[in-house]
Amino acid sequence: MVPLSYYLVLSGILFASGVTGFLIKRNLITIFMSIELMLNGVNLSFVAFAAHWQKLSGQVFVFFVMVVAAAEAAVGLAIIISVFRTRQTLNVDQVNLLKL
Amino acid sequence: MTANLHLWLIPLLPLIGAAINGLLGKKFSRPAIVAVALSFCGAAFAMALWIAAQFSSLLTPHLETLASWLRAGNLQIDFAFQLDQLSLIMLLVVTGVGFLIHIYSVGYMWEEGGFYRFFSYLNLFMFFMLTLVLASNYLVMFIGWEGVGLASYLLIGFWFTKDSAASAGKKAFIVNRIGDFGFLVGLFLMIKHFGSLNFDQVFFSVGRLPSTPETTALLTSIGLLLMVGACGKSAQIPLYVWLPDAMEGPTPVSALIHAATMVTAGVYMVARSHVIFEHAPLALMVVAIIGTLTALFAATIGICQTDIKKVLAYSTISQLGYMFMACGVGAFSMGIFHLMTHAFFKGLLFLAAGSVIHSIGGEQDMRKMGGLRTKIPWTFWTMTAATFAISGFWPFAGFFSKDAILWKAYSSPFGSWVFWFIGVFTAFLTSFYMFRLWFLTFFGEYRGEQSHAETHAGVPAPHGDGHDNEHHGIHESPKVMLIPLVILAVLSVTGGWIGSERFDRFLSPVFHPGATTAILGEAQTSVEPPQNQDKEHGASEGLLTTISILAAFLGFGLAWLFYHQRPQLPEEIAESLGGFYRAVANKYYVDQLYAILFVTPLIDGSRDILWHSVDQDVIDATVNSSAEGAERVSDSLRHMQSGNLRSYAGWVALGAAAVIAYMIWTGVR
Amino acid sequence: MLHLILFLAFGAVCVAGAVNLLVQRHPINSALSLVVVMGALAGEYLLLGAEFLGAIQVIVYAGAIMVLFVFVIMLLNAGEEERTKGSRVALLFGVPGMLAGSLLIAWVLLHSDMGSVEVGALLGSPKAIARLLFHDFLLPFEVTSVLVLIAIMGAVVLAARSEVAQPKQEKEN
Repeated sequence: MVPLSYYLVLSGILFASGVTGFLIKRNLITIFMSIELMLNGVNLSFVAFAAHWQKLSGQVFVFFVMVVAAAEAAVGLAIIISVFRTRQTLNVDQVNLLKL
Repeated sequence: MTANLHLWLIPLLPLIGAAINGLLGKKFSRPAIVAVALSFCGAAFAMALWIAAQFSSLLTPHLETLASWLRAGNLQIDFAFQLDQLSLIMLLVVTGVGFLIHIYSVGYMWEEGGFYRFFSYLNLFMFFMLTLVLASNYLVMFIGWEGVGLASYLLIGFWFTKDSAASAGKKAFIVNRIGDFGFLVGLFLMIKHFGSLNFDQVFFSVGRLPSTPETTALLTSIGLLLMVGACGKSAQIPLYVWLPDAMEGPTPVSALIHAATMVTAGVYMVARSHVIFEHAPLALMVVAIIGTLTALFAATIGICQTDIKKVLAYSTISQLGYMFMACGVGAFSMGIFHLMTHAFFKGLLFLAAGSVIHSIGGEQDMRKMGGLRTKIPWTFWTMTAATFAISGFWPFAGFFSKDAILWKAYSSPFGSWVFWFIGVFTAFLTSFYMFRLWFLTFFGEYRGEQSHAETHAGVPAPHGDGHDNEHHGIHESPKVMLIPLVILAVLSVTGGWIGSERFDRFLSPVFHPGATTAILGEAQTSVEPPQNQDKEHGASEGLLTTISILAAFLGFGLAWLFYHQRPQLPEEIAESLGGFYRAVANKYYVDQLYAILFVTPLIDGSRDILWHSVDQDVIDATVNSSAEGAERVSDSLRHMQSGNLRSYAGWVALGAAAVIAYMIWTGVR
Repeated sequence: MLHLILFLAFGAVCVAGAVNLLVQRHPINSALSLVVVMGALAGEYLLLGAEFLGAIQVIVYAGAIMVLFVFVIMLLNAGEEERTKGSRVALLFGVPGMLAGSLLIAWVLLHSDMGSVEVGALLGSPKAIARLLFHDFLLPFEVTSVLVLIAIMGAVVLAARSEVAQPKQEKEN
């Protein structure tokens, strides 16, 4: 008998941690992992609501989120590899060719 | 059914001439320019004569509407012209004298630069002046009014590279503008209260007004405002200051615009609006007072001037004062009579003065003239005719018109012996200064620097840049300049012989439309003119005429004494009068007074307040500071585009948090 | 009661993993922490009755995606993070902003009455999920398969070695 809000708070904590990681970290890959963390937090929220409202489509949505996350991870990592090859660094502060 | 006279052609012909000469004249040869200018002006004159020939068969006033112009609510103003006795006289004077002056200008301006420009402006002036006299409503008249002011500015400043000429042009235009403002406010009052600007409708409405204090006040205001406009255009006190300066322009310009036609536009306008003035006796009195005072004032200045053209300029102001005096005592037709004779003899005086100046190589100072009567005989005799005319000697033209005015000033119900007395005294002064001019210029020993036999390298030529002194010595002017002089001289002699009664009768349908057919119907409540109501007078007309002739002789005699017999007398008297003489010689310091009162504060105010404070510090500052502000804002915003991924992420996170917080906040409520 | 204890246990592991991800300096440690988080999340899903999803979470997310991450980390030989100048905005505004936002949300959530969830409240059996997936959500299902295809192509193209690309370009020229 866990109140729904507990699940949501946990989800929020995960999401906030993801955002924080995104802002704090300097390594591109770590930043990317923070994004995954955010997605996971959101997934939890979906499943919790699906259980609360007795609708299975919430879980199906999580399924799709996972698929998209997989695709995104693949492409994103490929990009990171390209960046590494051109810039020879994974430090996000040094990927700043757009700086004025 | 009245015949269509195509009145609109009369102003249009000179306009075409002006356009041709103005746009293409630079490439024309001088004969071609002359041909264009003279033919179009002459065509207008020919049309005027043709109209005059069939005038007796016309129904007057003869109206022709060319096109509709303005329509605003109930107000409707069209391009419409009218012909009646008054406009016919003005038409003949303007086209006739104008044509003669065009011919004269061919000779006078032959060696000047900008030949095509001069004739283009002259034709342009004719167009505007003809529009003015032929107009059938106040707004079309105002077009002409403004346009002659423009032409005057262009022609006064014809030699615009000369500072004094350019300034004189500006002064003329600006002072005119002040008068025009009064005119316009008068027109606005007319629109508001009568709903129209057409002459017939306005005068009809005025006639139908009940005479209550309010309506009288309204009509007095309109009359006074119109008089302000007339003061500006016709150089009366206090707006006369531009006319002496206008002598910077070429002499034909002075003759045409500042003697014969443009300055008379004010008189014409007052005469045309006689219905309004007759219903507003106070305004009429003001007109008379201004006219009389101006006549006297200008005459006193004229006796001390040394430049021949300035004397004639002040003389013009003075004679215009006579015309306004006539209108002011209700004798409008006499004012127009004097306008006509004045056009003849004053135009002649200016043209002859131009001939004198031309003959002695550009000198205008009378102290450097003298003894010219044997050397330039034609000029001398024509100018003599004009001088006798203006002084009011019988049987010259000026006698009839001036005497009629003086008689009316005394005998009209609106007049008084004060007006008459000042008028007679001014006539004495007029005779004095004109004969002073006559003696100084043509008699005695030649005091100038031109020799009349040997080649001379040039006295400075103040009346023209390109006037080269190939004409060696003092010579008579070419025939093209002399013929107009002779014609005008004949008119100066004979122009008054029509007599004031016949003239008055001819104009009576305009000024006393009691029984004549008119489209106004039976609402003829215009004031019965003072003709049959001359007050009981203690003196007969004959006595007064004798007195005025005596005044003319007195002036002649005094001038003969001062400037022929005992030339040293004037200086002795001048010294003994000391400061008073200096004041008069300096034109009573009026220009300086205006400069202190109006011009300098205006210029200083414009510069310090409007330019520095408002334009620079407020408007420019606002524009500049908004530009600087934009620059500063964008400069600080620029730092957002740092190229740093994390800062972008930071902004996104911040924004997202703000939005979420807002959503929660509004959701919680 | 047991539900609550299990929830809290798994939740604590989640949070610990998440915090560890933030704290660790070497990316491989962060990756492994993330795997822990995902495992704990799978437990949470099971508690909520989403058995299919829990399995998928472990198989796909932790088993494939995170493995991919680890591969890339090892491939690039990403070392420990250096300290470089960060972004002032991110540190000053982003982190506190997000923290404040999440605290606000947490406060609101905890103080609102939303009802509770039973253990295994909604049984997300594979059968049920499949029924939904292939009936109501068929179109998104097919679209995601295309999406995966595109992602595969994109990844191959982007990550391919440049020496492989250049001879092709020379041949085309």
